[in-house]
Order: sequence, then C-alpha cells, then structure tokens
Amino acid sequence: MSGVMKRMGMIFRAKANKALDRAEDPRETLDYSYQKQLELLQKVRRGVADVATSRKRLELQLNQLQQQSSKLEDQGRKALALGREDLAREALSRRAALQQQVTDLETQHTTLQGEEEKLTLAAQRLQAKVDAFRTKKETIKATYTAAQAQTRIGEAFSGISEEMGDVGLAIQRAEDKTAQLQARAGAIDELLASGALDDPSGMQKDDLQAELDRLSGGTDVELELQRMKAELAGGSPQQAIEGGTGQGQTQQQPQDTPRFDKQ
Amino acid sequence: MIVRIMGEGQVELDDVHLTELNRLDDELLAEMESGDGDGFRRTLNALLDAVRRLGTPLPDEALEPSELILPSPDATLEEVRELLSDDGLIPS
Repeated sequence: MSGVMKRMGMIFRAKANKALDRAEDPRETLDYSYQKQLELLQKVRRGVADVATSRKRLELQLNQLQQQSSKLEDQGRKALALGREDLAREALSRRAALQQQVTDLETQHTTLQGEEEKLTLAAQRLQAKVDAFRTKKETIKATYTAAQAQTRIGEAFSGISEEMGDVGLAIQRAEDKTAQLQARAGAIDELLASGALDDPSGMQKDDLQAELDRLSGGTDVELELQRMKAELAGGSPQQAIEGGTGQGQTQQQPQDTPRFDKQ
Repeated sequence: MIVRIMGEGQVELDDVHLTELNRLDDELLAEMESGDGDGFRRTLNALLDAVRRLGTPLPDEALEPSELILPSPDATLEEVRELLSDDGLIPS
C-alpha cells in the first residue's frame, strides 16, 4: 500500500518515534562515554606504572649483580696476592657469567625504558583528549537541555499526537457548525419577513395583509376628506360619500369638483 | 488492521478487504497529485464509505495504534497535500 492511508500512517509513526527518541536521554550516553574514556585512561596509567615498576626491579637486580661482580673481582685479586691462582681463576670465571647477565638486564632495561616513555606520552595525549571530551560533553548537554526546553514549548503550542490532530479538526468543525447555524438563522429571518414562513409569535405580517391594511387605512382618510368637503358645501354628506366610493376614487375627485361649481 | 478516520475514530478491518481499499487509496493519491479536486472528493468519500461499511468501529475508550490513517471527510485536497508534505503534520 503506497497511497494516502499508508503515507499518513507513516508520518504519524515517524512522529511517535521522534517522541520515543526523546525518552533516550543523550546526556546519559555522553556521560557513559566519558566514564568509559576515563577507565581507558586509567588502564594506560596502570600500564605505565607496571612498566616503571619492572624497570625499577631491573635496576635493583643490576645493582646487585654489579656489586657481586665487584666482590668477585676483589676476591680474585686477593687470591692472586696469596698465590692461589686456581681460586683467582674461579672468581674471574664467575664474574664473567655475572657480566653476561648484567648485559642482558641492561638490554631489557633499555627496552622497558623506551616502552615506559611511549606509554607516558600516550597517557598524556589521552588525558588531553578526555579533558577535551569532557568540555564538549558539558557543552552538548547544556545545548541539549536548552533544545529540550524549546521543544517542550513548541510541542505545547502545536501538539504532537494524532489525537491532537483530531482535536484541531473538531474545533474547525465546531466553528463551521456555528457559522452554518448563524447563516441559517439569517435565512429564517428573511423567510419570515417575506411571508414564506408563518411567524408563530404574530409579530410579522405577510405582504397581502399589509397591502389590505394600507388600502383600508387610505379609504378612511378619503372618506373623511369628502365628508368634510360636503359639509363645507352645505350638501348631504351621504351623497358625497356615495359618490366617492369604489375603485380609483382619487381619479374621480376632479370629476366631482365641476359638479360643485354648477350649483 | 486498525484504520483511523481523522475526526471520527478508529475502525477495525479484516485484511481481506485491503485489495479493494488499496485500489481506492491509490486512486485518491493519483487524484491528489494531479490536483483533481472533484475526483479527490468523490474517491475520498467512496474510500471512507468502504472503510465504514467493511469495518467495525472501535469503542472510544480503546487505546490501539492505527496502522493506517485517513483524512477527515471534509478535508480538502490542499489540506491533505499539506499533511503529506515533507514537514509532516506538525512543522518541525
């Protein structure tokens, strides 16, 4: 499925994953990483210490061997002075064996010294890197905390869940409904005004009744006017009234006037 | 499979109906991409009707993640296009 349904679903899932990512705090990961680096540095330092200890032990052994070598040399010299050449030879041959050991130990000592220097340098470099990492870590943590606060504010405004999307739509629908009701109320008013709908309150009049009222009102005025004219002329008001009845009485008025003139 | 119609709620559908729904869904996407507003409205209504007809509504208190999500019946082509844009539903 690759249509709208799937794509909308994927977007929502991606949003949910983002929310889950937030649960895994990167600050903790940074601290853990820093801890690991410190452990590594500790190991290197321990290595440096071990090599230095071995070097010291070698130095002690070398000293002892050299002391024994000197002692055998003295013994050989004394034996010769006493005329014991056989003893002197024995002493010198033992000394030669010791000398060989001294040479071997000196080679080992040189090797260990070189190793120790290398390890010390590595430890110093690692220490510098760990220090730099610690600074960077603290900066990242501070930035993250700030970003997190910003995100929380953003989320509070926009909402993140699918349900929030529904709430947005529900609000929209409520607004639409209100607008629709308002429009309907307006339309009903118009229909009542035009007489197409009956008004149960009796406040509104249809146009037919309004016209009848207008006509009857107008007739009363005309009748009163003719009655007054007849009184002034001294004639029977009844006559004038009869003459003024019927349709188009306003047009008949000019015909009445010449009749009065003849009298 | 659980499908959400935005603004209406969730519906549980049997997978056997997916073929029919897929056809309408792909048609809807094509109409949205081509900008065919009338076609989009017609197909969206047909798709929503099919989901309502073939599915069983989930009670409101059910808390199940939706595998598929459909726009609300009154959503316009532009609104759906916006929802599916790179920024997603909420701009990041």
